[in-house]
Amino acid sequence: MRNAVGREIPEEILRITGKEVFQGNDYREGYTYKKDGPMTTCVVKNTDNKLVDSIHDVLVKCGIKDGMTLSFHHHFREGDYVVNMVMEEVHRMGIKDITICASSLGKAHDPIVPYIEDGTITNIQSSGVRGKIGQAISEGKLKGLAIMRSHGGRVRAIESGETRIDIAFIGAPTCDDYGNCRGIGGKSDCGVLSYAMVDGDYGDKVVAITDCLVPFPNFPAHISMTKVDYVVVVDAIGDPKKIATGAAKPTTDMRKLMMADYCTKFVVNTPYFKDGFSYQTGVGGASIASTISLAKIMKERNIRMRFGVGGLTKPMCDLLINGQVDCLLDTQDFDLDAVESVKNLKHFRISAGEYADPFNKGAVVNKLDFVILAALEVDVNFNCNVVVGSDGVITGAQGGHPDTAAGAKCTIVIAPLLQGRIPAICTEVTTVTTPGESIDVVITDYGIAINPKRQDLIDCMKDVDLPFKTIEELRDIAYSIVGEPEKVQFDDQVVGIIEARDGTIMDVVRKIKPFAFRER
Amino acid sequence: MEIMKPAIAGTLESSDCQVTVEAGEGKVDLVLESVVMNQFGNQIRKVTLETLERLGVDNVKITIVDKGALDCTLKARIEGAVYRSQGQNDNLPWGGAIQ
Repeated sequence: MRNAVGREIPEEILRITGKEVFQGNDYREGYTYKKDGPMTTCVVKNTDNKLVDSIHDVLVKCGIKDGMTLSFHHHFREGDYVVNMVMEEVHRMGIKDITICASSLGKAHDPIVPYIEDGTITNIQSSGVRGKIGQAISEGKLKGLAIMRSHGGRVRAIESGETRIDIAFIGAPTCDDYGNCRGIGGKSDCGVLSYAMVDGDYGDKVVAITDCLVPFPNFPAHISMTKVDYVVVVDAIGDPKKIATGAAKPTTDMRKLMMADYCTKFVVNTPYFKDGFSYQTGVGGASIASTISLAKIMKERNIRMRFGVGGLTKPMCDLLINGQVDCLLDTQDFDLDAVESVKNLKHFRISAGEYADPFNKGAVVNKLDFVILAALEVDVNFNCNVVVGSDGVITGAQGGHPDTAAGAKCTIVIAPLLQGRIPAICTEVTTVTTPGESIDVVITDYGIAINPKRQDLIDCMKDVDLPFKTIEELRDIAYSIVGEPEKVQFDDQVVGIIEARDGTIMDVVRKIKPFAFRER
Repeated sequence: MEIMKPAIAGTLESSDCQVTVEAGEGKVDLVLESVVMNQFGNQIRKVTLETLERLGVDNVKITIVDKGALDCTLKARIEGAVYRSQGQNDNLPWGGAIQ
C-alpha cells in the first residue's frame, strides 16, 4: 500500500506488524489512548539496599528468559560498555530470542553482532544503528525486523504499550545503594539521562548499573529509587574519552562556513527571528558554525533567545554563559562543555518524552521556532534520509530529526550539494526517514530551496540577497556535475522498517545485494 | 596500442581514482572497485571502455580503485596510465586520442 510520501509498503509487512502506512504528520491529532504501566515489584520492608553482586546475578533475579525485551540508553555514545556487558552475559547464559530496545546503537556495539548471528538477539528497536550492526541487519542476518524510531517515537512506543520492556538497564554515572541515578558526576559523566527516563518509568524490572556508588541519597535524582529494582556496581560503564569529547573546533571549511552564513541570513530574515525566539541545532560543522554566527547578530540587534534545545554543544552553552538565552532544555550532551553546563541553574534536563513524544499532551519540539538539521539525502519532494547510506546499508539514526522537523515552525536542512560523487539533492531518496511536509528550507553550497508549500517564507525572502533556487534546479546542478546516479539495487526481502513518529510506517529497508553490472 | 609495461596513475584520495594497466590476455579485463559502485558502477565502466577504445587499447588488464572520481578525472587517469605504459611522456595527442 502506498503511503503519504509515496512509498510502497508491502501488505505482508503491514500484516506482520499490525501497523498502518504513514498518512501525514497530523494523522493522530487528538487520538486518545490509555498509557501502559510497568509490572511493579513492591519493596515494603526496610530492606537495607538493592545492591546485587554481578550482571549474572541480576539477570537471574530479574527472571531473564528467552524472548524478553531488554532496554538500554545511549548517553555514553561511542564510549558505552553497558550493552556489550549485559549481552555478553545473556549470551553466556544461553538465552535466545532477545529483543533489544535501545535509544540508539553505535560502533561501540560491534561486539554484539555474533549474538545476532547465533539467535541470541532476534529483534532490534533503535533510533538507528551504525557500524557492523547496521551491516549485519542490511545483510539480512537479524531474524526479525529492525525497527528504526525517532527519539519521540520510541517514547510513544513504550508509553502506548506497543513495546513492553521486561528489563531496563540504566547506565548511571552516579547511583546510591537504593537506586537513585544521576547523569552527573563519577568517571562516566554524561550530564543527563533523558533517554533512559521512559525506561525507568515503564520497565517491569529496572537495573541501575554504575561505576560510582555514592552515599544515599544521590539527590536530586534524575531517575528515582522508586523505579529501580536493583543496583549493580561494575568497574566501568563507559570510556570517558568517548562519552564526551572536548568541544569540536569551529570548522574552517569554507564550504560549511558559507552554508552557515546562508543559514544565518535566512534565519534573521524570517518573522520568527525576534526577541524570545527558540532554536535547536545539530552537531554538524555547518550547524555549529551557524549558531556562532547567529550569536553575533543576536548581540548586534539586541535579540535574546528564550530557550535553546538539544543535543547540546559548547556554542549553545556559550549563549547561556553570555546571557543571550534564558534557558537550555537538554536531552543529551555532546561535549565536555555541555556536560559542565548542566550544573547551571538555567540549564534544564528534560526527558525524551518531554522533548519529542507525539503521544503525550504536547512536547517541547512543538514550541520550537527554528531547527537546523543535516541529511544524507533530500529529494525533490523535500523528503529526507538520515538512516540509510548511499550504498544501501543502514548507517545512521533518526534521532530527533523527524520530531524536531515536524515540531519547528521553520525547519532548515543544511547539506553540501555533493558528498564526493554522491548528490545530496536527488530525485528520490533511498529511504524516507523524515517526510517532506516537515522540511521548509534546504540550504546547499550551490543555492537555497524553499519548500513551495511555504509561500509565506518565499514572500518574506523576496528582497533578500541569497541564491534562491528551486529544489529541482539544485538537483539538476548536482546531476550536471556528477551524472545521474542509478538506484541502489536491493533484494526483495525487507529487513527493517522506518517508523514514523506516530507508529505508522514511513518506509521499509530492504536487504542489500551485491552490485551487478547491467548487461551490455 | 599494446601495453608495454605495467603503469599506474592517480591516487586514493577522495574524488580521485587509481588506475593500473597491465598487459592483457587478448581482451579488455576490467577490475573495478568503487565507493559509488551502486550509483555509478555502470557509468564508470562505460567511460572506461570508451576511453580505452579511443586510445586504441583492446588488450589490457585494467584495475580501477575509485574514490568517487568524476568522469573527467577517470578519463584523465586512464589516459595517464596508458601513456605511461608506453613510456610516452611528451608529444601526447592532445585533442586527438586524448579528448
